[in-house]
Amino acid sequence: MSVVTGNTAASATPAKSLAQRINWVKLAPWLYTIGLFVLWELLVIVLQTPPTILPAPSRVFQAIVQYWSPIWKNSLQTLYTTTVGFAIAVVAGLAIGLFIGWSKAIYAGLYPLMIGFNAIPKVALVPILVIWFGIGAVPAILTAFLISFFPIVVNVATGLATIEPETEDVLRALGAKKLDIMLKVGIPRSMPYFFGSLKVAITLAFVGSVVSETVASNYGLGNMMSSAQSQFNVPLVFAGLLMLAVEGIAMYALMAWIERRMTGWAHRSTMSQ
Amino acid sequence: MSHLVTIDNVDMRYGGAAGTLAVSGLTMKVGKGEFAAVVGPSGCGKSTLMKLVTGLHIPQSGVVIVADKQVTKPVSIVGMAFQNPTMLPWRTTLDNILLPLEIVERHRHRLRANKKEYVEKAEHLLETVGLKGFGSKFPWQLSGGMQQRANLCRALIHEPELLMLDEPFGALDAFTREELWCVIRDLHAAQGVTIVLVTHDLREATFLADRIFVMSARPGKVLKEHTVPFARPRDLEVMYEKAFNDMVHELHGEIASARVVA
Repeated sequence: MSVVTGNTAASATPAKSLAQRINWVKLAPWLYTIGLFVLWELLVIVLQTPPTILPAPSRVFQAIVQYWSPIWKNSLQTLYTTTVGFAIAVVAGLAIGLFIGWSKAIYAGLYPLMIGFNAIPKVALVPILVIWFGIGAVPAILTAFLISFFPIVVNVATGLATIEPETEDVLRALGAKKLDIMLKVGIPRSMPYFFGSLKVAITLAFVGSVVSETVASNYGLGNMMSSAQSQFNVPLVFAGLLMLAVEGIAMYALMAWIERRMTGWAHRSTMSQ
Repeated sequence: MSHLVTIDNVDMRYGGAAGTLAVSGLTMKVGKGEFAAVVGPSGCGKSTLMKLVTGLHIPQSGVVIVADKQVTKPVSIVGMAFQNPTMLPWRTTLDNILLPLEIVERHRHRLRANKKEYVEKAEHLLETVGLKGFGSKFPWQLSGGMQQRANLCRALIHEPELLMLDEPFGALDAFTREELWCVIRDLHAAQGVTIVLVTHDLREATFLADRIFVMSARPGKVLKEHTVPFARPRDLEVMYEKAFNDMVHELHGEIASARVVA
């Protein structure tokens, strides 16, 4: 008996090879990203596509280095218009969401209006914004705001509108006013919806600002890409897209982090361990 | 015996003149300190009864009198507990239990200054229901039975004169349910609170109550009133006596025939 157990113990310890010590799940996003670029590069080599149609990633990175100064400035500009528009959307979305969720009558009256408004493609509003505010940062900020505030409103209002009737009964029987119920139950319970919607809203905000910059601005990644396109500088267009993707992922990660920090109780399965 | 709750010939219709009549000609009286149970076929207006007594609904005709006052708005001397514990997941169990104190007029202005006293009271209640030391846990870290115990604490924290229970043990397993029967039995004995328990479980009603009201199918009214003869304090063993089973059997028969009529 003792010989057998000694044997298994001895063979178990050194067996952990390099492949087992690596945390593949943590590494996976990086590996897949690298894989995508490798595949892309191979595709370009095999199909021999000219860089004016589909530049290889190596050409795109080369363009990033070559045009680093304008890319850097325009990226910051886009990040600025997006975050300002997004910040306004957060404040306005929270306020309007609370207002709409407040009563059934307001909800019923304003909701169709909101849907109709959201159905309008925001790119169609850019010309109007240009007439009102001229070209530049203001229409970009406003487009980012207009496109990203809707999911915030809907989510906050939903959080408020779905309070369990029993909870409301218990509190109302104690003499709670509408304001009490909103403050004690409605608002805290809509917070997970709110923070969840920020992840959707921030990516939409990038769509808004870039659309507006493309049509009506002399700055920003949208403008940079459209002028690069007119000069057939396709690698630079792709460099712009890559920067947008990087900014989008970074902001999304920030929102996801804020969500986890603020509403840990809603992710109870991970917290109870 | 003075009556804490008097319901006299009450009609309650939902959704306007053509809506469903939930209760009709409902009359019942519950004495101060009494433990009353309401049983009946499903859809007999038991939940309507809860809402009428707590003032969440005002009847179209007839009067509801609670503590010598006609009910025209929510009465804050009531504590309520439902089958769904409805604990707020972002608050600790202790903060959940303290919630009614943030609402009820006579406590909300004193809460901040006398926090310590109230917390002690909440912890004492937790101890009574067997949840000592769980106050700092979040409700979702507790089992269903523990949440329901905490729910009872929340219903009792503002020292209500009347406790309204709507099938509070319906979702629990048989053993947990029996444990909680004993908890509520002891609370009733110790605090002298009047309790109205709405339930589908006839054994539960017979074990806990002093008086049982049998309701008809919709529109609900009281068909029969039973006085439960078993002496207090009752032990769970009482449920295995013949008299107990006979009573449950009789109640069962009455509800079965009320269902057929509907």
